[in-house]
Amino acid sequence: MAKQRGAIVVDIERCKGCELCIEACPTSVLRMERKVNGKGYHFAYMEDPGECTGCINCAIVCPDGVISVYRVKVEA
Amino acid sequence: MSIHVKSMDVKDIIKKENLVYKKSPLMTDNVLSYCPGCGHGTVHNIIAEVIEELGIQSQTIAVAPVGCSVLAYEFVDIDWLQAAHGRAPAVATGLKRVMPDKYIFTYQGDGDLAAIGTGETIHACNRGEHITIIFINNGIYGMTGGQMAPTTLAGMVSSTSPYGRDVSTMGNPMKITELVAQLPGTYYVTRQAVHKPSNVRKTKRAIRKAFENQTLKKGVSLVEVVSNCNSGWKMSPVKSNKWMEENMFSFYPLGDIKVDGELVK
Repeated sequence: MAKQRGAIVVDIERCKGCELCIEACPTSVLRMERKVNGKGYHFAYMEDPGECTGCINCAIVCPDGVISVYRVKVEA
Repeated sequence: MSIHVKSMDVKDIIKKENLVYKKSPLMTDNVLSYCPGCGHGTVHNIIAEVIEELGIQSQTIAVAPVGCSVLAYEFVDIDWLQAAHGRAPAVATGLKRVMPDKYIFTYQGDGDLAAIGTGETIHACNRGEHITIIFINNGIYGMTGGQMAPTTLAGMVSSTSPYGRDVSTMGNPMKITELVAQLPGTYYVTRQAVHKPSNVRKTKRAIRKAFENQTLKKGVSLVEVVSNCNSGWKMSPVKSNKWMEENMFSFYPLGDIKVDGELVK
């Protein structure tokens, strides 16, 4: 059965740490990093990358457009 | 491309050919001046995506309001004008009449469109100018410090109604979108939100339709986006979206109000 695997890249310096992407993620992949960026905001990262399906939900709700999404089809 | 799932590393996925989404190229690299979690950024990106998909970047002129989005011309790479407070529909009227083939839209908040600009809004809608109005409603004057606006809900706390809006002295909240839907000059009136992915997709469809309607020359298309103002509401972004769902949507119900010149609600 074909399955999709995804991955995201967060533009760390532009992330404002609003956490809306974490709410939007259907597979609970994302968490906030303990570290902060240059402006003092915590930023999102993939805690559980194996679960990402590349659905782009996190990216379209991101108000600052900091998330890029990549997706491939894989065989389970 | 098909690879076995176990052997797949994130580095194998993050490759140029696998890119499925990134922010619209019409969005500039300037960092948005909005607070973390503000719906303005999401709506900017939706507008940029729609303009890009329709291929009308060089034919679109936007009118920016006074308010948080006064600097919108820094963020979306199209032509912008900046109108005096509340006068964006009047400026857009002039632009559309001089250049009828251009796509003209205004981008306004509730303090701009529903307070100081009520007259311009209602008359532009009543004249049936062939423009698009994007209206961001967060129920508060966000930029100036969270004061009470005409759209503030009954009982809602703001910096100038610290005990909640008392309708007996402060008046009732105004549903300007329903109001203009009654006018013969409006062709498409809808209310959407951008707090969830499903709502973002619906808002994008609505804004796309509002832009496409301009070629029909049948009147105003108005898209209201109910949004949060977490700084003004004194909440975290996630909490403010929950509060918005629980309180704003009962008074400002989402959905189409007027489609193709016919009231549907």
